[in-house]
Amino acid sequence: MIRARELTKHFKVHRRPPGFAAAVRSLVHRKYEVVKAVDGVSFTIARGERVGFLGPNGAGKTTTLKVLSGLLHPTTGEVAVEDFTPSRRQAGFLGKITLVMGQKSQLIWDLPPSETYAMNRAVFDVPQAQFDATLGELTDLLELGPLLGKPTRQLSLGERMKCELAAALLHRPTTLFLDEPTIGLDVAMQVAIRDFVRSYNQRHEATVLLTSHYMDDVVALCPRIIVIDQGKLIHDGDLRQLIKTRDPDKRVSFTLTQAIGDGELAQLGALLARDGQRFTLRVAEREVPAVIGQLLGPLKAADLAIEDPPLEDILREMFGKHRPEAPA
Amino acid sequence: MIARTVRALPTLLRIGVAETVAYRAEFLVWILTMTLPLIMMGLWTRVAEVAPFQGYSPRDFVAYYLATLIIRQLTGNWVAWQMSEEVRSGAMAMRLLRPIHPFVAYAASHAAAIPFRSVIALPLAIVLLASSGASGLTSDPLQLALVVPSLALAWLSTFACLFAIGALAFFLTQTMAIANLYFALFSLFSGYLLPLPLLGPIAGIAAWLPFRFMLSAPVELLTRPQDHHHLAVLLGGQLAWTAILMTIALSVWRAGVRRFEAVGG
Repeated sequence: MIRARELTKHFKVHRRPPGFAAAVRSLVHRKYEVVKAVDGVSFTIARGERVGFLGPNGAGKTTTLKVLSGLLHPTTGEVAVEDFTPSRRQAGFLGKITLVMGQKSQLIWDLPPSETYAMNRAVFDVPQAQFDATLGELTDLLELGPLLGKPTRQLSLGERMKCELAAALLHRPTTLFLDEPTIGLDVAMQVAIRDFVRSYNQRHEATVLLTSHYMDDVVALCPRIIVIDQGKLIHDGDLRQLIKTRDPDKRVSFTLTQAIGDGELAQLGALLARDGQRFTLRVAEREVPAVIGQLLGPLKAADLAIEDPPLEDILREMFGKHRPEAPA
Repeated sequence: MIARTVRALPTLLRIGVAETVAYRAEFLVWILTMTLPLIMMGLWTRVAEVAPFQGYSPRDFVAYYLATLIIRQLTGNWVAWQMSEEVRSGAMAMRLLRPIHPFVAYAASHAAAIPFRSVIALPLAIVLLASSGASGLTSDPLQLALVVPSLALAWLSTFACLFAIGALAFFLTQTMAIANLYFALFSLFSGYLLPLPLLGPIAGIAAWLPFRFMLSAPVELLTRPQDHHHLAVLLGGQLAWTAILMTIALSVWRAGVRRFEAVGG
């Protein structure tokens, strides 16, 4: 269970213009401004939920995750994770959570991952039998076998990320904060990590809060999404419902073997993209059956696909609308 | 928490040894940077060749500086630099997610390096005995017995002081300048550059500053005959400064962690 109520986190940031003179001036006189990284955010996540935490760069996602995992003290507001106050960083709390940051490593750089695992076993006080069983399970699922004895610095990014995940899960946490866990990974590895996180969530009834710039991660893993922008919560709810509410039209893609006139195409739907004889149309949901009938019948279309609008487009529109107009 | 920490210590020490071995080239260079006492020994033995200098004969200087070198090798550490870098880069975040106090985790990692420093220090101890003979070292069994706890307190107080400087990185981001200032004061007031009695008018001040108890105290126990009053002052001073420096270190840490901005990512 994760609960945040009116959470705010402010940072004091030193600002100075570029240039040598400004650098010298800043030695004696510094201008600071307060940045509201998180500004009055409230939400509750039940045990076992998988929630996507979305927002543009600088929206406050990572700051929120750091507050929830106890790395940062909130400026105001209340936070509870697994019935603990994260900022107190009690051993009981740290034993129940984990934070995976795609851009930060917890593995000891010059030693093989097995040494980090041994250290984590000791500091999290994991019984040897449980450690052996968990490591065996993670080794099978993530195919870690050949990587365990290789110095971390010699692992590829994908290999390191798999080892990071294992290090983060050896103590069997029940709350997972995943910050860009698939960043920089190839598609096959992204899919493997997604499958693994879903399987871990189901087997251990673990709560997952995920941030990712790859919308495929979010769509594949998270039935619910929380969207923040400029530190404020702008949506909290079901992912499919959000898509349906924001843009109920479907994307219909197909390939034609015969020529088609612009007028005939416009009658089917609004053209979004064309690549040779491959078309993508925007079609109102209620008209989809009729359009499919036309495409499969007289037009003899091939490779037909009907999809929801991409989450990226919806979010782009949301962030655009939410932001105030820039002054002229 | 304490029981968990005690159970974790053997593994932390083992990992610390593995890390020390992994960074062996850097480690050897770091050991070599601590050989300043050898230079000072050459200088002062030349000065004392003509006549003893303020009571120190060449043999006394040899014994003093070799003892200083050994104690420094066994008590020096680089935790302030390590912490500063980890705070600046945001790597400290990962350390904060482990249920063990970072003071213990860093201490175990640095303590693990001690046996490797002994590889250098112990042969030097043999050279010391052979070159300066019994006259340069104490033969009092009580003093020799007290060298071990004195060495442990010197290590802990040095570690606590550098941990406090490292924790200042939470406030200042970069603490290299402070660490350099510390090292300048340490070199002067700890007896690293020259025996404290040779400091002249500031010897009285140096006698009560923490630096003496980080280095000079065990060296004094090894090289100069001490009456019981002086033994009590040395060990009592070490205990008091260790307690004070640990309190400061943990207080700075507690206050600093509240300000941690976990930069990056």
